[in-house]
Amino acid sequence: MDIKVRLFATLRENRGKEVNLEMKETALPRDIIEKLDISEPEVAILLVNGRDGKLDQELSDGDVVSIFPPVGGG
Amino acid sequence: MDLTQRYIRNESMLSAEENSRLRSFKVVIVGCGGLGGHIIEQLARIGIGHLTMIDGDVFEPSNLNRQLLSHPGNLGKPKALEAEMRVRLINPDVKTDARHVFLTDENAESLLGGHHIICDALDNISSRKIVQKAAAKLNIPMVFAAIAGWYAQVGTIMPGANLLDKIYPEGVEKGAETQLGNPSFTPALAASLQVAETIKVLLNKEGVLKNSLLMVNTLDHEYQVIDF
Repeated sequence: MDIKVRLFATLRENRGKEVNLEMKETALPRDIIEKLDISEPEVAILLVNGRDGKLDQELSDGDVVSIFPPVGGG
Repeated sequence: MDLTQRYIRNESMLSAEENSRLRSFKVVIVGCGGLGGHIIEQLARIGIGHLTMIDGDVFEPSNLNRQLLSHPGNLGKPKALEAEMRVRLINPDVKTDARHVFLTDENAESLLGGHHIICDALDNISSRKIVQKAAAKLNIPMVFAAIAGWYAQVGTIMPGANLLDKIYPEGVEKGAETQLGNPSFTPALAASLQVAETIKVLLNKEGVLKNSLLMVNTLDHEYQVIDF
């Protein structure tokens, strides 16, 4: 299945803003971050089609996964 | 000098009744640094009745690039006390309470209790979660913001909503700011958005980012609101 991954802030470094991935039908967001060499603590907010998502939720062909790193300064 | 016209430029945007109600609110700002300096300045100028300012830190040279209340003459001085002096200077009508202490699990409820709203202007994730927990217990809304480089996040956490648990992974203490740093303009922008949220919550206005997060990217001009 084809998954569009949108990356934000520091996660864009060396990866770009948007990545199109061809994944196995059973792939989870967890497999996507592994493929993109993003560690779990770097994933603060994960959206699937704009809604709050989880690393172990099922995906469908054409889904858009957005990943934001933590932002904590003041 | 006659200062009766102090609030004249607020009066088209807010009704006379709303303007006078601002004088009856007590707001607590946790952190008097990058975000906090701008929040305190703006809340004092708009005429909030009482400001409690909490920070256990003192100003240091690395604050000068962004922290509104810092200048070479007050390095080494407590941020909370400097904030109070600034409020007294710009608007003596505002009642002030400066607390030169760090907020902890032990003192959070006693420091935050009795206020109408909490402005989170902290710089670390664990302290923010302490504020969120105490705010839920005290039934007080909390306006949250965090920044890193070109990026900012702002949201309003209604009591018990636990937004921070959804946007910060367990055990993560710092974010992208360790890589990107803290410039002058993102804290000022995020703080202004926090003040707008604060005024709207206090006056029961529509359009509050209730349990939502505004994500700001000033580098590419991407702005989006995510509902949780």
